[in-house]
Amino acid sequence: MAEMWLNMGPQHPMTHGLWNLRVKVDGETMTEAEPVIGYLHRGWEKITESRKYPQIIPMADRLCYGASMSWSHLYCLTIEDLMEVEVPDRAKWIRTIVLEAQRIGSHLMWLAALGTDLGSYTVFLYPVRERELFLDLMQNLCGARMTYNYPRIGGVRNDVPANFERDFTRVLNHFEKRLSDYEALCDQSTIFRMRMEDVGYLSAEKAKNLGVTGPNLRGSGVDYDVRRDDPYEMYDQVDWKVCVEKTCDAYARYRVKMDEMRESCNIIRQCIKKMKPGAIRVKPPRTAPKGKTGWAHVEDPRGEGFMYVIGNGDDRPYRLKVRSPIFVTVSAAPEMLVGYKVADVPAIMGSVDMCLGETDR
Amino acid sequence: MERIGLAPGGKTGEVLAQEIVQRFPQDVTVTKATHNRLYAKVDKAALVGLCTYMRDSLDFEHVTSVGGVDWLEEKKMQVVYHITSYANKVTAELVVDLPRDTPEVDSITFLWGGANWHERETWDMFGIVFVGHPKLERLLNPDGTEVFPFRKDFVSGRRV
Repeated sequence: MAEMWLNMGPQHPMTHGLWNLRVKVDGETMTEAEPVIGYLHRGWEKITESRKYPQIIPMADRLCYGASMSWSHLYCLTIEDLMEVEVPDRAKWIRTIVLEAQRIGSHLMWLAALGTDLGSYTVFLYPVRERELFLDLMQNLCGARMTYNYPRIGGVRNDVPANFERDFTRVLNHFEKRLSDYEALCDQSTIFRMRMEDVGYLSAEKAKNLGVTGPNLRGSGVDYDVRRDDPYEMYDQVDWKVCVEKTCDAYARYRVKMDEMRESCNIIRQCIKKMKPGAIRVKPPRTAPKGKTGWAHVEDPRGEGFMYVIGNGDDRPYRLKVRSPIFVTVSAAPEMLVGYKVADVPAIMGSVDMCLGETDR
Repeated sequence: MERIGLAPGGKTGEVLAQEIVQRFPQDVTVTKATHNRLYAKVDKAALVGLCTYMRDSLDFEHVTSVGGVDWLEEKKMQVVYHITSYANKVTAELVVDLPRDTPEVDSITFLWGGANWHERETWDMFGIVFVGHPKLERLLNPDGTEVFPFRKDFVSGRRV
Protein backbone atom coordinates (compact mmCIF):
# COMPACT_ATOMS: atom_id res chain seq x y z
CA MET A 1 0.00 0.00 0.00
CA ALA A 2 1.23 3.49 -0.79
CA GLU A 3 2.68 5.44 2.10
CA MET A 4 1.47 8.95 2.73
CA TRP A 5 2.13 11.85 5.05
CA LEU A 6 -0.70 12.84 7.38
CA ASN A 7 -0.87 16.21 9.10
CA MET A 8 -2.34 16.13 12.60
CA GLY A 9 -2.50 19.82 13.40
CA PRO A 10 -1.99 22.74 13.75
CA GLN A 11 -5.76 22.67 14.31
CA HIS A 12 -6.57 19.20 15.56
CA PRO A 13 -8.28 17.91 18.73
CA MET A 14 -5.23 15.80 19.55
CA THR A 15 -2.74 18.66 19.76
CA HIS A 16 -3.71 20.54 22.96
CA GLY A 17 -2.23 23.74 21.70
CA LEU A 18 -0.85 24.81 18.42
CA TRP A 19 1.54 22.36 16.87
CA ASN A 20 1.64 19.98 13.99
CA LEU A 21 2.41 16.30 14.13
CA ARG A 22 3.28 14.96 10.72
CA VAL A 23 3.13 11.19 10.53
CA LYS A 24 3.93 8.92 7.63
CA VAL A 25 1.46 6.09 7.49
CA ASP A 26 1.59 2.75 5.75
CA GLY A 27 -2.03 1.70 5.89
CA GLU A 28 -2.78 2.52 9.52
CA THR A 29 0.72 1.92 10.87
CA MET A 30 3.01 4.87 11.46
CA THR A 31 6.43 4.48 9.90
CA GLU A 32 7.81 7.96 10.51
CA ALA A 33 6.81 10.95 12.58
CA GLU A 34 7.91 14.55 12.63
CA PRO A 35 6.67 17.13 15.12
CA VAL A 36 6.53 20.69 13.78
CA ILE A 37 6.50 23.46 16.37
CA GLY A 38 6.99 27.21 16.40
CA TYR A 39 3.42 28.41 15.85
CA LEU A 40 3.40 30.08 19.28
CA HIS A 41 6.93 31.49 19.20
CA ARG A 42 6.92 34.95 20.79
CA GLY A 43 10.64 35.58 21.20
CA TRP A 44 10.29 35.38 24.96
CA GLU A 45 14.03 35.15 25.60
CA LYS A 46 14.70 38.19 23.43
CA ILE A 47 11.96 40.27 25.09
CA THR A 48 13.44 39.64 28.54
CA GLU A 49 16.68 41.35 27.45
CA SER A 50 14.86 44.68 27.43
CA ARG A 51 12.99 44.22 30.73
CA LYS A 52 14.06 44.85 34.31
CA TYR A 53 14.50 41.79 36.50
CA PRO A 54 11.23 42.11 38.48
CA GLN A 55 9.27 42.88 35.30
CA ILE A 56 10.08 39.42 33.97
CA ILE A 57 8.25 37.59 36.78
CA PRO A 58 4.73 38.08 35.32
CA MET A 59 6.15 37.27 31.88
CA ALA A 60 7.48 33.98 33.24
CA ASP A 61 3.94 33.17 34.39
CA ARG A 62 2.83 33.25 30.76
CA LEU A 63 5.33 30.58 29.73
CA CYS A 64 2.78 28.00 30.74
CA TYR A 65 -0.61 29.13 31.94
CA GLY A 66 -1.33 25.63 33.22
CA ALA A 67 1.65 25.61 35.59
CA SER A 68 2.53 29.27 35.85
CA MET A 69 3.66 29.14 39.47
CA SER A 70 6.47 26.74 38.70
CA TRP A 71 7.80 28.98 35.92
CA SER A 72 7.79 32.25 37.83
CA HIS A 73 9.31 30.36 40.75
CA LEU A 74 12.03 28.94 38.49
CA TYR A 75 12.79 32.42 37.22
CA CYS A 76 13.12 33.78 40.77
CA LEU A 77 15.32 30.83 41.74
CA THR A 78 17.62 31.55 38.80
CA ILE A 79 17.94 35.24 39.62
CA GLU A 80 18.58 34.36 43.27
CA ASP A 81 21.46 32.18 42.09
CA LEU A 82 22.76 35.07 39.97
CA MET A 83 22.47 37.67 42.73
CA GLU A 84 23.38 35.31 45.57
CA VAL A 85 20.24 36.02 47.56
CA GLU A 86 19.34 33.81 50.51
CA VAL A 87 15.59 33.25 50.84
CA PRO A 88 14.01 33.17 54.35
CA ASP A 89 12.76 29.81 55.59
CA ARG A 90 9.08 30.71 55.71
CA ALA A 91 9.16 31.84 52.09
CA LYS A 92 10.71 28.49 51.16
CA TRP A 93 7.95 26.58 52.95
CA ILE A 94 5.25 28.66 51.26
CA ARG A 95 6.90 28.16 47.89
CA THR A 96 7.05 24.40 48.39
CA ILE A 97 3.34 24.34 49.23
CA VAL A 98 2.24 26.41 46.27
CA LEU A 99 4.50 24.49 43.91
CA GLU A 100 2.93 21.21 44.94
CA ALA A 101 -0.57 22.69 44.73
CA GLN A 102 0.38 23.86 41.24
CA ARG A 103 1.60 20.38 40.38
CA ILE A 104 -1.75 18.92 41.38
CA GLY A 105 -3.60 21.61 39.41
CA SER A 106 -1.48 20.99 36.34
CA HIS A 107 -1.82 17.22 36.55
CA LEU A 108 -5.60 17.57 36.93
CA MET A 109 -5.72 19.66 33.77
CA TRP A 110 -3.69 16.98 32.02
CA LEU A 111 -6.02 14.23 33.26
CA ALA A 112 -9.04 16.20 32.06
CA ALA A 113 -7.45 16.62 28.62
CA LEU A 114 -6.58 12.93 28.49
CA GLY A 115 -10.20 12.12 29.35
CA THR A 116 -11.52 14.02 26.36
CA ASP A 117 -8.84 12.47 24.15
CA LEU A 118 -9.98 9.01 25.06
CA GLY A 119 -13.66 9.83 24.83
CA SER A 120 -14.50 9.70 28.51
CA TYR A 121 -16.33 12.91 29.29
CA THR A 122 -16.60 12.06 33.00
CA VAL A 123 -12.82 11.93 33.27
CA PHE A 124 -12.86 15.43 31.82
CA LEU A 125 -15.49 16.86 34.16
CA TYR A 126 -14.41 15.43 37.51
CA PRO A 127 -10.76 16.60 37.51
CA VAL A 128 -11.75 20.04 36.24
CA ARG A 129 -14.25 20.27 39.09
CA GLU A 130 -11.59 19.48 41.72
CA ARG A 131 -9.02 21.69 40.01
CA GLU A 132 -11.36 24.56 40.72
CA LEU A 133 -10.78 24.03 44.46
CA PHE A 134 -7.05 24.44 44.00
CA LEU A 135 -7.60 27.51 41.87
CA ASP A 136 -9.73 28.92 44.70
CA LEU A 137 -6.94 28.27 47.20
CA MET A 138 -4.52 30.10 44.93
CA GLN A 139 -6.98 32.91 44.45
CA ASN A 140 -7.20 33.29 48.22
CA LEU A 141 -3.44 33.40 48.39
CA CYS A 142 -2.59 35.82 45.61
CA GLY A 143 -5.76 37.02 43.91
CA ALA A 144 -5.32 35.33 40.57
CA ARG A 145 -6.66 32.06 39.24
CA MET A 146 -4.05 31.11 36.69
CA THR A 147 -1.20 33.58 36.20
CA TYR A 148 -0.27 34.20 39.79
CA ASN A 149 2.70 36.60 39.78
CA TYR A 150 3.33 35.38 43.31
CA PRO A 151 7.02 34.47 43.82
CA ARG A 152 9.47 37.33 44.17
CA ILE A 153 13.24 37.51 43.84
CA GLY A 154 14.19 36.88 47.46
CA GLY A 155 10.90 35.44 48.73
CA VAL A 156 7.21 35.61 48.00
CA ARG A 157 4.88 38.56 47.49
CA ASN A 158 2.67 38.24 50.56
CA ASP A 159 2.19 36.02 53.56
CA VAL A 160 -0.53 33.38 53.58
CA PRO A 161 -4.12 34.55 54.21
CA ALA A 162 -6.13 33.77 57.32
CA ASN A 163 -7.27 30.14 57.62
CA PHE A 164 -4.74 29.07 55.00
CA GLU A 165 -3.89 25.83 56.82
CA ARG A 166 -7.53 24.99 57.48
CA ASP A 167 -8.58 25.57 53.86
CA PHE A 168 -5.69 23.57 52.45
CA THR A 169 -6.34 20.66 54.79
CA ARG A 170 -10.04 20.61 53.90
CA VAL A 171 -9.35 20.66 50.18
CA LEU A 172 -6.71 17.94 50.47
CA ASN A 173 -8.99 15.69 52.53
CA HIS A 174 -11.72 16.09 49.94
CA PHE A 175 -9.35 15.74 47.01
CA GLU A 176 -7.72 12.51 48.15
CA LYS A 177 -11.11 10.81 48.20
CA ARG A 178 -11.90 12.13 44.73
CA LEU A 179 -8.51 10.96 43.46
CA SER A 180 -9.56 7.39 44.23
CA ASP A 181 -12.68 8.05 42.15
CA TYR A 182 -10.61 9.05 39.13
CA GLU A 183 -8.45 5.99 39.52
CA ALA A 184 -11.55 3.82 39.62
CA LEU A 185 -12.92 5.59 36.55
CA CYS A 186 -9.73 5.03 34.57
CA ASP A 187 -8.13 1.87 35.90
CA GLN A 188 -11.35 -0.12 35.92
CA SER A 189 -12.40 1.03 32.48
CA THR A 190 -11.58 -1.59 29.87
CA ILE A 191 -11.60 0.98 27.10
CA PHE A 192 -9.16 3.24 28.93
CA ARG A 193 -6.74 0.41 29.62
CA MET A 194 -6.96 -1.04 26.13
CA ARG A 195 -6.06 2.32 24.67
CA MET A 196 -3.29 3.17 27.16
CA GLU A 197 -1.55 -0.13 27.82
CA ASP A 198 1.27 -1.32 25.56
CA VAL A 199 1.34 1.76 23.38
CA GLY A 200 3.98 4.47 23.18
CA TYR A 201 6.82 2.29 24.43
CA LEU A 202 9.89 4.33 25.42
CA SER A 203 12.77 2.34 26.91
CA ALA A 204 14.77 3.68 29.85
CA GLU A 205 17.92 3.97 27.72
CA LYS A 206 16.13 5.92 25.00
CA ALA A 207 14.33 8.13 27.51
CA LYS A 208 17.61 9.12 29.15
CA ASN A 209 19.42 9.63 25.88
CA LEU A 210 16.64 11.66 24.25
CA GLY A 211 16.41 14.04 27.19
CA VAL A 212 12.89 13.06 28.27
CA THR A 213 12.40 14.25 31.84
CA GLY A 214 9.91 14.34 34.66
CA PRO A 215 6.93 11.97 34.95
CA ASN A 216 7.60 10.69 31.43
CA LEU A 217 11.13 9.66 32.40
CA ARG A 218 9.94 8.01 35.59
CA GLY A 219 7.26 6.21 33.59
CA SER A 220 10.16 4.62 31.71
CA GLY A 221 11.60 3.29 34.96
CA VAL A 222 14.36 5.80 35.69
CA ASP A 223 14.48 6.81 39.32
CA TYR A 224 15.38 10.48 39.05
CA ASP A 225 13.60 13.51 40.41
CA VAL A 226 15.21 16.94 40.68
CA ARG A 227 13.27 17.58 43.87
CA ARG A 228 15.07 14.72 45.62
CA ASP A 229 18.37 14.49 43.77
CA ASP A 230 19.22 18.18 43.55
CA PRO A 231 16.94 19.60 46.23
CA TYR A 232 15.77 23.20 46.17
CA GLU A 233 13.40 24.99 48.57
CA MET A 234 12.35 22.57 51.35
CA TYR A 235 12.05 19.28 49.51
CA ASP A 236 14.94 17.80 51.50
CA GLN A 237 13.14 18.59 54.78
CA VAL A 238 10.03 16.52 54.07
CA ASP A 239 9.62 12.79 53.79
CA TRP A 240 8.23 11.67 50.46
CA LYS A 241 8.90 9.13 47.75
CA VAL A 242 9.62 9.37 44.05
CA CYS A 243 7.01 7.60 41.93
CA VAL A 244 8.48 5.24 39.33
CA GLU A 245 6.79 2.79 36.97
CA LYS A 246 8.64 0.15 34.99
CA THR A 247 6.35 -0.68 32.09
CA CYS A 248 7.53 2.25 29.89
CA ASP A 249 4.19 2.67 28.07
CA ALA A 250 1.52 5.38 28.02
CA TYR A 251 -0.24 3.73 30.94
CA ALA A 252 2.93 3.93 33.06
CA ARG A 253 3.19 7.67 32.39
CA TYR A 254 -0.43 8.00 33.46
CA ARG A 255 0.20 6.01 36.65
CA VAL A 256 3.23 8.13 37.60
CA LYS A 257 1.23 11.34 37.35
CA MET A 258 -1.63 9.92 39.43
CA ASP A 259 0.77 8.74 42.15
CA GLU A 260 2.52 12.11 42.08
CA MET A 261 -0.71 13.87 42.96
CA ARG A 262 -1.01 11.72 46.10
CA GLU A 263 2.61 12.40 46.97
CA SER A 264 2.02 16.14 46.47
CA CYS A 265 -0.83 16.01 49.03
CA ASN A 266 1.56 14.30 51.41
CA ILE A 267 4.24 16.98 50.88
CA ILE A 268 1.77 19.83 51.38
CA ARG A 269 0.49 18.35 54.64
CA GLN A 270 4.01 18.05 56.04
CA CYS A 271 4.93 21.57 54.92
CA ILE A 272 1.86 23.04 56.61
CA LYS A 273 2.86 21.30 59.84
CA LYS A 274 6.49 22.38 59.72
CA MET A 275 5.97 25.97 58.61
CA LYS A 276 6.92 28.57 61.26
CA PRO A 277 6.26 32.32 61.43
CA GLY A 278 9.02 34.55 60.12
CA ALA A 279 10.14 36.84 57.34
CA ILE A 280 8.77 36.07 53.88
CA ARG A 281 11.04 38.19 51.76
CA VAL A 282 14.45 39.85 51.67
CA LYS A 283 15.42 42.82 49.57
CA PRO A 284 17.42 41.67 46.55
CA PRO A 285 19.97 43.80 44.66
CA ARG A 286 18.57 45.68 41.68
CA THR A 287 21.50 44.98 39.39
CA ALA A 288 23.78 42.09 38.55
CA PRO A 289 27.45 42.37 37.52
CA LYS A 290 28.29 42.15 33.82
CA GLY A 291 29.18 38.66 32.70
CA LYS A 292 28.13 36.95 35.94
CA THR A 293 26.03 33.88 35.32
CA GLY A 294 23.48 31.89 37.27
CA TRP A 295 21.27 28.93 36.58
CA ALA A 296 18.71 26.73 38.28
CA HIS A 297 16.68 23.71 37.40
CA VAL A 298 13.46 22.49 38.98
CA GLU A 299 10.99 19.65 38.67
CA ASP A 300 8.22 21.30 36.70
CA PRO A 301 4.96 19.27 36.53
CA ARG A 302 6.02 18.28 33.02
CA GLY A 303 9.72 17.62 33.54
CA GLU A 304 12.94 19.43 34.14
CA GLY A 305 12.58 23.18 33.79
CA PHE A 306 15.82 25.11 33.52
CA MET A 307 16.89 28.73 33.18
CA TYR A 308 20.33 30.24 32.57
CA VAL A 309 20.93 33.93 33.02
CA ILE A 310 23.83 36.32 32.35
CA GLY A 311 24.04 39.71 34.07
CA ASN A 312 24.67 42.88 32.12
CA GLY A 313 25.97 45.26 34.78
CA ASP A 314 22.59 47.00 34.95
CA ASP A 315 19.06 46.03 35.94
CA ARG A 316 18.35 43.94 32.86
CA PRO A 317 19.65 40.48 31.92
CA TYR A 318 22.13 40.15 29.05
CA ARG A 319 20.70 36.78 28.13
CA LEU A 320 18.08 34.50 29.62
CA LYS A 321 17.87 30.98 28.28
CA VAL A 322 14.90 28.74 29.04
CA ARG A 323 14.84 25.00 28.78
CA SER A 324 11.33 23.74 28.45
CA PRO A 325 10.74 20.08 29.34
CA ILE A 326 8.12 19.50 26.68
CA PHE A 327 10.29 21.09 23.98
CA VAL A 328 12.68 18.15 24.38
CA THR A 329 10.03 15.51 25.10
CA VAL A 330 8.16 16.31 21.90
CA SER A 331 11.40 15.88 19.95
CA ALA A 332 11.36 12.30 21.25
CA ALA A 333 7.78 11.78 19.99
CA PRO A 334 8.86 9.78 16.89
CA GLU A 335 10.51 7.24 19.19
CA MET A 336 7.20 6.72 21.00
CA LEU A 337 4.96 6.79 17.92
CA VAL A 338 6.65 4.76 15.19
CA GLY A 339 5.24 1.27 14.84
CA TYR A 340 1.86 2.02 16.39
CA LYS A 341 -1.45 2.72 14.68
CA VAL A 342 -2.62 6.20 13.82
CA ALA A 343 -5.52 5.77 16.26
CA ASP A 344 -3.01 5.45 19.14
CA VAL A 345 -1.70 8.98 18.65
CA PRO A 346 -4.16 10.70 21.05
CA ALA A 347 -3.40 8.18 23.80
CA ILE A 348 0.38 8.41 23.34
CA MET A 349 0.66 12.18 22.99
CA GLY A 350 -2.05 12.63 25.63
CA SER A 351 0.06 10.72 28.14
CA VAL A 352 2.97 13.11 27.54
CA ASP A 353 1.10 16.23 28.76
CA MET A 354 1.82 18.78 26.03
CA CYS A 355 2.04 22.50 26.72
CA LEU A 356 2.90 24.72 23.80
CA GLY A 357 3.35 28.00 25.65
CA GLU A 358 6.60 26.82 27.17
CA THR A 359 7.64 24.74 24.17
CA ASP A 360 7.67 27.61 21.68
CA ARG A 361 8.47 30.40 24.16
CA MET B 1 20.59 3.73 47.93
CA GLU B 2 20.16 1.79 44.71
CA ARG B 3 18.02 3.49 42.09
CA ILE B 4 16.42 1.58 39.27
CA GLY B 5 17.42 2.41 35.72
CA LEU B 6 20.69 4.06 36.81
CA ALA B 7 24.35 3.21 37.35
CA PRO B 8 25.56 3.24 40.99
CA GLY B 9 27.35 6.60 40.56
CA GLY B 10 27.99 8.42 43.80
CA LYS B 11 30.91 10.63 42.74
CA THR B 12 30.85 14.28 43.75
CA GLY B 13 31.48 17.22 41.46
CA GLU B 14 34.97 17.70 42.89
CA VAL B 15 35.99 14.12 42.09
CA LEU B 16 34.54 14.34 38.58
CA ALA B 17 36.40 17.62 38.02
CA GLN B 18 39.68 15.98 39.00
CA GLU B 19 39.11 13.07 36.65
CA ILE B 20 38.27 15.42 33.79
CA VAL B 21 41.33 17.61 34.37
CA GLN B 22 43.59 14.56 34.56
CA ARG B 23 42.25 13.33 31.25
CA PHE B 24 42.24 16.73 29.46
CA PRO B 25 44.92 18.85 31.20
CA GLN B 26 45.38 21.30 28.31
CA ASP B 27 41.92 21.76 26.87
CA VAL B 28 39.63 21.95 29.89
CA THR B 29 39.79 24.56 32.66
CA VAL B 30 37.59 23.79 35.63
CA THR B 31 36.59 27.12 37.15
CA LYS B 32 34.55 25.82 40.06
CA ALA B 33 33.39 22.48 41.43
CA THR B 34 31.07 21.75 44.34
CA HIS B 35 29.39 18.54 45.42
CA ASN B 36 26.63 18.86 42.82
CA ARG B 37 27.91 21.47 40.36
CA LEU B 38 30.81 21.63 37.93
CA TYR B 39 31.79 24.67 35.87
CA ALA B 40 34.35 24.39 33.09
CA LYS B 41 35.67 26.22 30.06
CA VAL B 42 36.38 23.91 27.17
CA ASP B 43 38.45 24.33 24.05
CA LYS B 44 36.28 23.90 20.97
CA ALA B 45 38.47 21.16 19.49
CA ALA B 46 38.25 19.04 22.65
CA LEU B 47 34.48 19.24 23.08
CA VAL B 48 33.49 15.97 21.44
CA GLY B 49 36.34 14.09 23.13
CA LEU B 50 35.31 15.45 26.52
CA CYS B 51 31.62 14.73 25.98
CA THR B 52 32.33 11.18 24.83
CA TYR B 53 34.46 10.64 27.94
CA MET B 54 31.76 12.13 30.17
CA ARG B 55 29.04 9.98 28.69
CA ASP B 56 30.93 6.69 28.54
CA SER B 57 33.06 6.84 31.68
CA LEU B 58 31.49 9.35 34.06
CA ASP B 59 27.77 8.45 33.69
CA PHE B 60 26.54 11.76 32.30
CA GLU B 61 23.28 10.56 30.75
CA HIS B 62 21.31 13.70 30.11
CA VAL B 63 21.68 16.99 28.25
CA THR B 64 19.76 19.57 30.22
CA SER B 65 20.36 22.43 27.86
CA VAL B 66 22.43 23.78 25.00
CA GLY B 67 22.23 27.52 24.49
CA GLY B 68 24.03 30.27 22.67
CA VAL B 69 25.27 33.66 23.82
CA ASP B 70 26.26 36.48 21.50
CA TRP B 71 29.04 38.71 22.86
CA LEU B 72 28.95 41.52 20.34
CA GLU B 73 31.63 43.76 21.87
CA GLU B 74 34.02 40.90 22.60
CA LYS B 75 33.48 39.65 19.00
CA LYS B 76 32.78 36.10 20.13
CA MET B 77 29.95 33.64 20.47
CA GLN B 78 29.54 31.16 23.26
CA VAL B 79 27.79 27.84 23.41
CA VAL B 80 26.83 26.87 26.95
CA TYR B 81 26.16 23.20 27.65
CA HIS B 82 24.51 21.92 30.80
CA ILE B 83 24.97 18.19 31.09
CA THR B 84 23.54 16.20 33.98
CA SER B 85 24.59 12.93 35.51
CA TYR B 86 21.57 11.21 37.03
CA ALA B 87 23.78 8.60 38.68
CA ASN B 88 26.16 11.08 40.31
CA LYS B 89 23.53 13.82 40.82
CA VAL B 90 25.92 16.38 39.31
CA THR B 91 25.25 18.99 36.63
CA ALA B 92 28.20 20.28 34.61
CA GLU B 93 28.27 23.61 32.83
CA LEU B 94 30.60 23.62 29.84
CA VAL B 95 31.34 26.89 28.07
CA VAL B 96 32.85 26.90 24.58
CA ASP B 97 34.07 30.14 22.98
CA LEU B 98 33.73 30.58 19.23
CA PRO B 99 34.85 33.38 16.90
CA ARG B 100 31.88 35.57 16.00
CA ASP B 101 32.52 35.66 12.24
CA THR B 102 32.74 31.86 11.88
CA PRO B 103 30.72 30.34 14.74
CA GLU B 104 31.16 26.60 14.21
CA VAL B 105 31.33 23.79 16.72
CA ASP B 106 30.96 20.01 16.51
CA SER B 107 27.51 18.63 17.19
CA ILE B 108 27.01 16.33 20.19
CA THR B 109 23.68 14.99 18.95
CA PHE B 110 25.24 11.64 18.04
CA LEU B 111 26.10 11.20 21.74
CA TRP B 112 22.86 12.46 23.29
CA GLY B 113 19.71 12.62 21.19
CA GLY B 114 18.39 15.18 23.68
CA ALA B 115 20.80 17.78 22.28
CA ASN B 116 19.19 17.58 18.83
CA TRP B 117 16.52 20.26 19.13
CA HIS B 118 18.58 22.43 21.47
CA GLU B 119 21.31 22.67 18.84
CA ARG B 120 18.78 23.22 16.10
CA GLU B 121 17.19 26.04 18.08
CA THR B 122 20.58 27.60 18.80
CA TRP B 123 21.36 27.59 15.09
CA ASP B 124 17.91 28.98 14.38
CA MET B 125 18.35 31.88 16.80
CA PHE B 126 22.09 32.61 16.71
CA GLY B 127 23.38 31.10 13.47
CA ILE B 128 25.88 28.94 15.32
CA VAL B 129 26.64 26.01 13.03
CA PHE B 130 26.76 22.57 14.65
CA VAL B 131 28.92 20.48 12.35
CA GLY B 132 27.50 16.99 11.88
CA HIS B 133 24.00 17.81 13.11
CA PRO B 134 21.44 15.57 11.35
CA LYS B 135 18.94 18.30 10.49
CA LEU B 136 20.07 21.90 10.88
CA GLU B 137 16.84 23.58 9.76
CA ARG B 138 14.57 26.31 11.10
CA LEU B 139 12.65 25.13 14.14
CA LEU B 140 10.86 27.99 15.88
CA ASN B 141 11.22 30.59 13.12
CA PRO B 142 9.37 30.00 9.86
CA ASP B 143 11.20 28.34 6.99
CA GLY B 144 12.92 30.90 4.81
CA THR B 145 13.78 33.32 7.62
CA GLU B 146 17.00 35.05 6.62
CA VAL B 147 18.03 36.55 9.95
CA PHE B 148 19.22 35.20 13.29
CA PRO B 149 16.97 37.09 15.70
CA PHE B 150 18.74 36.48 19.02
CA ARG B 151 22.00 38.03 17.85
CA LYS B 152 22.70 41.33 19.57
CA ASP B 153 23.03 43.23 16.29
CA PHE B 154 19.53 42.21 15.26
CA VAL B 155 17.29 45.22 15.77
CA SER B 156 14.14 43.87 17.34
CA GLY B 157 10.88 45.55 16.44
CA ARG B 158 11.60 45.95 12.74
CA ARG B 159 9.93 43.97 10.01
CA VAL B 160 12.09 41.14 8.74
